[in-house]
Amino acid sequence: MSKDYKELTAKAVQHLASLEAVAWLRVGTAICGQAAGATNLLQAIPSLAEKRNLPFVLSEVGCMGLCYAEPILDIQTPDGDRILYKNVDPALAEKILDSLAKGKTHKDNLLGAVTCKDKAIPLLKNIPMMKQQTRVALRNAGHIDPIDIFQYVASGGFKGLSKALNTMSASEVIEEVTKSGLRGRGGAAFPTATKWSFLARSDKKTKYILCNCEEGDPGAFNDKGILESDPFTLIEGMIIAGYATGSSNGVIFIRHGHAGPIERTEKALEACYEQGILGSNILGTDFSYDIEVSLTGESYVAGEETALMEAVEGKRAMPRFRPPFPAQAGLWQQPSNINNVKTLAYVPEIVAKGGDWFAGIGTEKSKGTAIICLSGDIERPGMIEVPFGLTIRDVIEKIGGGARNSKSIKLLQTGGPLGGVLSGDQLDIVLDFDAMATAGAILGSGGIIIADEDTCSVHLTRNLIAFCQYESCGKCFPCRLGMSHLLEVIERITLLNGLESDKALMERIGTSMQAGSLCGHGQLGFNPVSSALKYFKDEFDQHLEEHVCQTNQCSGPFIGPEKTRRWAHHTGSSPTAEVSDRFSSSQIQKQWISVLK
Amino acid sequence: MTIEGQAIRSKAKTALSNQSFKTVTVLSSLLAVHDSLGYLPAEAIDEVAKYTKTTANDVWAVASFYTNFRFTDPPPDTVELCWGPSCHIRGAMPMLQKVFEHFGLEQEGDSPDKKVQVRLNTCLGACSQAPVISVNHRLVGNLDPDDACSTIDGLLQKHNRGKH
Ligand code: FES
Repeated sequence: MSKDYKELTAKAVQHLASLEAVAWLRVGTAICGQAAGATNLLQAIPSLAEKRNLPFVLSEVGCMGLCYAEPILDIQTPDGDRILYKNVDPALAEKILDSLAKGKTHKDNLLGAVTCKDKAIPLLKNIPMMKQQTRVALRNAGHIDPIDIFQYVASGGFKGLSKALNTMSASEVIEEVTKSGLRGRGGAAFPTATKWSFLARSDKKTKYILCNCEEGDPGAFNDKGILESDPFTLIEGMIIAGYATGSSNGVIFIRHGHAGPIERTEKALEACYEQGILGSNILGTDFSYDIEVSLTGESYVAGEETALMEAVEGKRAMPRFRPPFPAQAGLWQQPSNINNVKTLAYVPEIVAKGGDWFAGIGTEKSKGTAIICLSGDIERPGMIEVPFGLTIRDVIEKIGGGARNSKSIKLLQTGGPLGGVLSGDQLDIVLDFDAMATAGAILGSGGIIIADEDTCSVHLTRNLIAFCQYESCGKCFPCRLGMSHLLEVIERITLLNGLESDKALMERIGTSMQAGSLCGHGQLGFNPVSSALKYFKDEFDQHLEEHVCQTNQCSGPFIGPEKTRRWAHHTGSSPTAEVSDRFSSSQIQKQWISVLK
Repeated sequence: MTIEGQAIRSKAKTALSNQSFKTVTVLSSLLAVHDSLGYLPAEAIDEVAKYTKTTANDVWAVASFYTNFRFTDPPPDTVELCWGPSCHIRGAMPMLQKVFEHFGLEQEGDSPDKKVQVRLNTCLGACSQAPVISVNHRLVGNLDPDDACSTIDGLLQKHNRGKH
């Protein structure tokens, strides 16, 4: 337990000195690192280092965002040099440690240096993928051990929290965030300070800040990335939000199954309680706050804010009717605010450095940075943080290195499946909430998936619609039936059995979904089709009129889930319709089993 | 009550009382029991209902909604396959078909020899390393579509050697 911020920083300085006294090895073991083989590397290192009598400490870190270079081995020597290697397998690690034990620097697979006396080694911040980045929320990602609270403090952690609690009133914090111009990063881009002020106005005793890390959008991994790489930043942001809004509890909402982000968040919370950053009288002040983790099962709609509250309450994740709005009656009917992980992750730096500093980054109406995930047919896939105002071209070509194998970019899929697609000649769209909306693009969760000329836009649209259909929660019929109907139509188009009337039919279904659905899932569910029809009309027409697919993808397989939430209805026996309290418990059990088997 | 049924109940009860969550709900209870048993048999549903002071019907309603729950005894090994758009673009579709065939399947489900459950996942979260699969929760990315099956077999063997 640290009695105040001063004591905490003193402990951190000491802890850091002990790490820096020997060779400090870091391996990135976030989800992307693991998929690239970082687990093997991590397991191999201790024995390799011991064999060479090398005094060392080994830290698991998160994701620096340079996914193309994973697994990354990062070596900091007591003389202050810190060099990173890319695509390291155990065999290469052996060579690197060999040189290290002899006091030399291995020269193959160099990624870059954070600091280095040898000027021939390029600095990490100057490599093409890093050059144009401004890292605020991701400032610690990949640099610190995500569950070591002292490493976080040593890199300036909890400075913002201490400043807020000790020198600012709640309304001053909201004012600072207003000045920063911060807008929500979950998709709606609503001004964060305004949202907070709705909650601050309520004088109920129990109020909630909910952090949404459901992140079900395929192609987006930045929320998980933050939780895995630097959960303390999020926790600090949440406590500040709690203080500013006078709320009592925080809930971090994560999808079950992502072991890394969950474990690291839970451990980080534990460490905060141990050091008096959470619980009663935080850092010796009279502010108290609690945060817990809540897990959801697999359901995309659980990321919708009112469905999220249903899931936290342990029910089916289906959206609620509004009003009442969450700020009036949210979780457990108490006033609540839902913020995205990225939004909250900016808050500590905004408070520590001031709202004006943050407002100095980005464009007129979109302040700060965008956190973007690049994947698909791109030379350097990864997770980046860039100031608003760059173009999509800057992001894809300069930072991401363009399409793989110098092919041309045919299509972009942005903002999750509901965001639809853009064509490859729209790269000059500026990253800016409003400019993007005008151009019909959605930044949404921040995923940008790149496809080259080998991808068939119709086949991909089927994938997106299959996702939307699979994930429809089923509560309102325009979405439940509309998505199923759309899927049926797009299925036959990819099978080259489309009818000439199909385009008009899809338009009609889409319009009904837009008008009649309860939440964004159904309202936006037509986007994948409407955007594809707009930008890839010729390809659709070819499928429909000439019954050919030029990429040949459509004559290949399509794999998607067969059982969906509509499935129970297809079998003719809807479980909800047939179960009534006239049955005994065991009869009910049998009913459900026969339907679900 | 059968012996097997009793064993399931007692395992479910242990899982329920060991939940690490501050707020216990029907969903948190189901997740805990599913983690421990690998599926949700009727006995477990019953225990969750008792533990959360709800009805079997309430519990089934939640269990049937989330797609990660299964209701029959699972095979020992699990292979998850991502069919998300990043993986789709990087060649997942033909690759997944080969994997299905390899396990004697036409769609997701348990292999006929009941050794492996093959599940589709909407996104495994490692899109930057597409195409991605996971074998007994270990992620593998950048798969070469042509030797995905042998990679999976290798990992399954390694996993099961480690167990004995
Ligand atoms: S789309 Fe396959 S891992 Fe995300």
